[in-house]
Amino acid sequence: MSESEMAVHGHGGALMEESPYAIPSHKLTIWLFIISDAVTFGAILFAYGYLRVATPDWQTPFRSASIINAAIMTFVLITSSLTMLGAVDASKAGDRPKALRFLASTMVLGLIFAGLHIHEWLGLFDEGIKLSSGLFGQAFFSITGLHLLHVITGVVVLAVVARKYSSGSLTPGHVETIGLYWHFVDLVWMFVVPLVYLTNIAR
Amino acid sequence: MAVSANSGNVIAKYLPVYFVLLAIAAIEFFLAYRNFSTAGLVRILLFLAICSAALGLMYFMHLAHEKRSLFLSLVPAAIFVLLMLNMIWSDSIRLLHMRPFAH
Repeated sequence: MSESEMAVHGHGGALMEESPYAIPSHKLTIWLFIISDAVTFGAILFAYGYLRVATPDWQTPFRSASIINAAIMTFVLITSSLTMLGAVDASKAGDRPKALRFLASTMVLGLIFAGLHIHEWLGLFDEGIKLSSGLFGQAFFSITGLHLLHVITGVVVLAVVARKYSSGSLTPGHVETIGLYWHFVDLVWMFVVPLVYLTNIAR
Repeated sequence: MAVSANSGNVIAKYLPVYFVLLAIAAIEFFLAYRNFSTAGLVRILLFLAICSAALGLMYFMHLAHEKRSLFLSLVPAAIFVLLMLNMIWSDSIRLLHMRPFAH
């Protein structure tokens, strides 16, 4: 490789090969994580799909209240992606207070989503649907539980990133990285709602 | 760090994508109450979910604006693995009807 293809980065003027993707390493790392996580969700959603189709007496417990709840959760999560975009943009523009406000909004929306999710679970518990109550319960709570875990993890990491970004120890690049994770959590929900909720409406 | 005058415009820029995503979600909820067969409903909803995911991936996650090599490294590999998963899961179901599980 010629010297023209090398870029000078880091401490002490060390020569390092330029990334073929022209993105920082932490961004590439989160992309690789997202792909592996997408495969994890893909696996459980495929498994759910086969179970759903292969089981004749599959439970369809979702009444209007649950579906309205799922619609509100969808609205909240898509809106949180928009506020996350605002946080990334404001941080790149150097507007730290605005970025922090958008990050706080995203966290609040994430918490609302988690609250609605737990409310939905409690309603199902009251109807006798639990993790131990057959295939539907196992599939539903596994998929939505894994997604809820991602949301709660995202809110915690957002709080840590916001705190460190406000003190100046993290850069706008780090805000963008957690932004990618948050959007991914949103994308997964776009598959969970139709497959897990909308195909199991009580008729 | 100097504050850019354009800070905050991104919300307005991505509002159309946001509204399209909300519209797709609304269509999904509407279709769920129509009289489709389960298989037909799953096909339609999956198609709409893939459209939503593609929009989110390309615009919210800015994959459309990244270097093409990143897109070509990530997306085909992910699709390939997901398709392979699909093959393996169907085998795992078929396995239930084969020895030693079949009765």
